[in-house]
Amino acid sequence: MSAIVFGLCGAVAAGLGLYGLITEAQPLRKILAFNVLGAGVFLVFGVVARRGAAAGFAGDPVPQALVITGMVVAFAATAMAVALLLRLLNLTGATTLDADTTAVESDSMGT
Amino acid sequence: MTIGFALDCGIALLVVSVAGWTIAARASFAAVVGFVSFGLLVTLAWVRLAAVDVALTEAAIGSGLTGALLLGAAARLRSNEVAAQAERPGATLRIAAALLAATVAAALAAAVLLLPDPAPTLAPAAAANSGATGLGNPVTNVLIAFRAMDTMLEKVVLVLALVGVWSLAADRCWGGTPSPPRGAGTADATAFLAQLLTPLGIVVGIYILWEGADHPGGAFQGGTILAAMWLLVMMAGLAKPPTVGRRSLRLVLIAGPAVFLVVGLGGLWLGAAFLAYPVAYAKAVILVIEFVMTLTIAVTLGLLLAGPPAQEAPP
Repeated sequence: MSAIVFGLCGAVAAGLGLYGLITEAQPLRKILAFNVLGAGVFLVFGVVARRGAAAGFAGDPVPQALVITGMVVAFAATAMAVALLLRLLNLTGATTLDADTTAVESDSMGT
Repeated sequence: MTIGFALDCGIALLVVSVAGWTIAARASFAAVVGFVSFGLLVTLAWVRLAAVDVALTEAAIGSGLTGALLLGAAARLRSNEVAAQAERPGATLRIAAALLAATVAAALAAAVLLLPDPAPTLAPAAAANSGATGLGNPVTNVLIAFRAMDTMLEKVVLVLALVGVWSLAADRCWGGTPSPPRGAGTADATAFLAQLLTPLGIVVGIYILWEGADHPGGAFQGGTILAAMWLLVMMAGLAKPPTVGRRSLRLVLIAGPAVFLVVGLGGLWLGAAFLAYPVAYAKAVILVIEFVMTLTIAVTLGLLLAGPPAQEAPP
């Protein structure tokens, strides 16, 4: 029963993350929202693991191991995204993803 | 309603509210702080889901290291924040996004409610084969033996991510040294903390690696704690970040995947299958892989956090 509560909680977190990913204009906030989305999806998978309790284990170890692997890969992707963002800031002095603004910024840098 | 169920509902409610705050907060710095608390609450949820290995990973990597990375980025982007806040999508887009997000959340919730009963599980298979490795922790068994291919490829992903981060260095800093991660507070306090905490942290990291054989813990969690200690020492200025062009450093970075690959090919050569461990020495082989992997994980995670080289390589 408790597992279901966390499953629903994960579903809502995933929805909130998706909303933030689309509507946030700042790249850093998009990265944050993407991590919230990921944590929600992991929690939903955690319910699958908990419900698979059998053979004396409190949960199915296979989904748990997959989530651990997923968390490490998510960190690697986040580190890569942050490095790209900081490089963009270094090169253009701005962090906007708006195509028009970026073009203007880099033009003014060139002159 | 039992106390346990009430506790679970409370944690779930907190997770959802803090997730909402993280998305809605005006200032990026506040949002990142919200994200770190979100991660710690999710850790509690994992404990309540009886997945202590996952909880340790979430606390160490999902909340701790990711939080440190994003806090650093938020601090560097602060001067840019006012300009960036001016950009806001129109109301139409926001309503459409809200509808889409609500639909996805509802679909996920429906999937959770309609999960098949009895639940499919691989736990009996994991229990039946646990004797083959001599390890008592089923999650470590899955990570290092039953699905070792996943773990090996994930090590490769970590190295690839680091290559990606390094390739963002400016031309003159190519193969140079990352700038030391910036600490908070006064330098003296950070140095004191680094001197006090690092020896303890190293012991805890190795203990978690060692205990991972039979109890919750393992190479990822232990490696992350070691990486955190290294970062603390660098923040305090007691150690300099390494020059990324150094050969010895690069050997450590590829040691984890390389040992894995050698063992895997050895299994193929001895006739069984790729990544098949010789049964008589399974535990010894696994321990060697785990120790080398922990070292590689610690160094890779630390360097991922330190970012691309920002200073020229010393001659």
